[in-house]
Amino acid sequence: MGMAIKEKMAKRAAEEIKNGDIVNLGFGIPQKAIQYIPEEKTVFFHAENGVLGAGPPPEKGKEDENLVDAGCVPITAVPGASYFDSANSFAIVRSGKLDITIMGGLEVSEKGDLANWIVPGAIVPGMGGAMDLAKKTKNVIIIMTHTDKKGNPKIKKECSLPLTAPRCVSMIITDLAVIGVEERGLVLKEIFDTTTVEEVKEKTGADLIVDEPVKVISYE
Amino acid sequence: MQVENQFGKIKTVSEAMEYIKDGMTLMIAGFGGIGSSCTLINEIIKKNVRDLTIISIDAGDPDVGPDHIIQNEQAKKLITSHIGATPTTGQLMNAGKLEVEFCPQGTLAERIRAGGVGLGGILTDVGVGTLVEEGKQKIEIGGTTYLLETALRADIAICYAKKADAFGNLVYDKTARGLNPLMAMAADITIVDAEEIVPVGAIDPEDVITPGAFVDIIVHGGGKWKWGWQ
Repeated sequence: MGMAIKEKMAKRAAEEIKNGDIVNLGFGIPQKAIQYIPEEKTVFFHAENGVLGAGPPPEKGKEDENLVDAGCVPITAVPGASYFDSANSFAIVRSGKLDITIMGGLEVSEKGDLANWIVPGAIVPGMGGAMDLAKKTKNVIIIMTHTDKKGNPKIKKECSLPLTAPRCVSMIITDLAVIGVEERGLVLKEIFDTTTVEEVKEKTGADLIVDEPVKVISYE
Repeated sequence: MQVENQFGKIKTVSEAMEYIKDGMTLMIAGFGGIGSSCTLINEIIKKNVRDLTIISIDAGDPDVGPDHIIQNEQAKKLITSHIGATPTTGQLMNAGKLEVEFCPQGTLAERIRAGGVGLGGILTDVGVGTLVEEGKQKIEIGGTTYLLETALRADIAICYAKKADAFGNLVYDKTARGLNPLMAMAADITIVDAEEIVPVGAIDPEDVITPGAFVDIIVHGGGKWKWGWQ
């Protein structure tokens, strides 16, 4: 058995990160992208609790209780890192200094609207920093399953859940495909080698522009 | 080290607790509990002050940070950005026992900062086109629509610092800074739990993050949280 699909999604997202980028990663699959960034690239990870230059976790027993990421997991700081308060942390976000934010999603609309902070009556965790990050980052990449647990499309003409931010998503990476959100609409760019263009179209709740030839992603 | 208390700001924990009363608005610093005062939060639970309005970036982690106070049903209202790590908070909210006002994290920080620096509010486009804009005044400047987000202040701020001198000049520690410097400015009475209290002059003025003018009471609590990863 090859690489798990979650790993493939994270690896594909990591390919969007360029040398010198300032990047914020959400919890879950987005966090996995770190391990797929080649060593020759220098990337500054922003954690909204107040560090730019978050590094890998320390060895067990060497944790510092006052040095953690936004998930409250102990980290280290890379050379060139800085610490700051919450206002400066979001100053970096709102002033557009973040190159890429990678986060999870519940729904994305064909215009790039994002819903990922609340399922009214069911899950009400609060938005944390997601609204600020989604609204103000240059390049917002959403990693999510293509359909929900019942098989309903999560990419839709309009979001039915309350929005995190309107028209903010630039790319969607699902377990089936890579879709760009462009002026002309949703553009199917790439598919994983486990699916077909037809299946992706069938499982998408909005019109897809197919950029032929669609690249097929094969990771060993 | 003998520290001269020439400004009278250094107090015992029980002296500091006399200022905290029923019905007050408390700002509690910390991010998932990191950078929060374990000692003062535990004392607030012991004193069992009620009907509090709590302003904090999140509800903490289970048994860490403000979660403790909320579990004990001492709060009537919480202004925060995130409660996802603490099931109790959501349960109390759904049961109608706790009012929760959600605010985007960066906006919350700026509302507190505004309260601390003598401003009435801020204008931000974060939240436009979402539930956050409901009931808020919109202002158009240069073709962009902004929300008017009002400033936040509190009766008491509960802060944590790595080091305080006797005047209340504060130095923080890595990601334990968070909302501490902002909340320290935004309350009528700012109480700081410092890991170390040093004489005036012992902190290089260049290193001071919060000037002592903002700090009213300094205690050394010494309490330590037990973290999820431990």
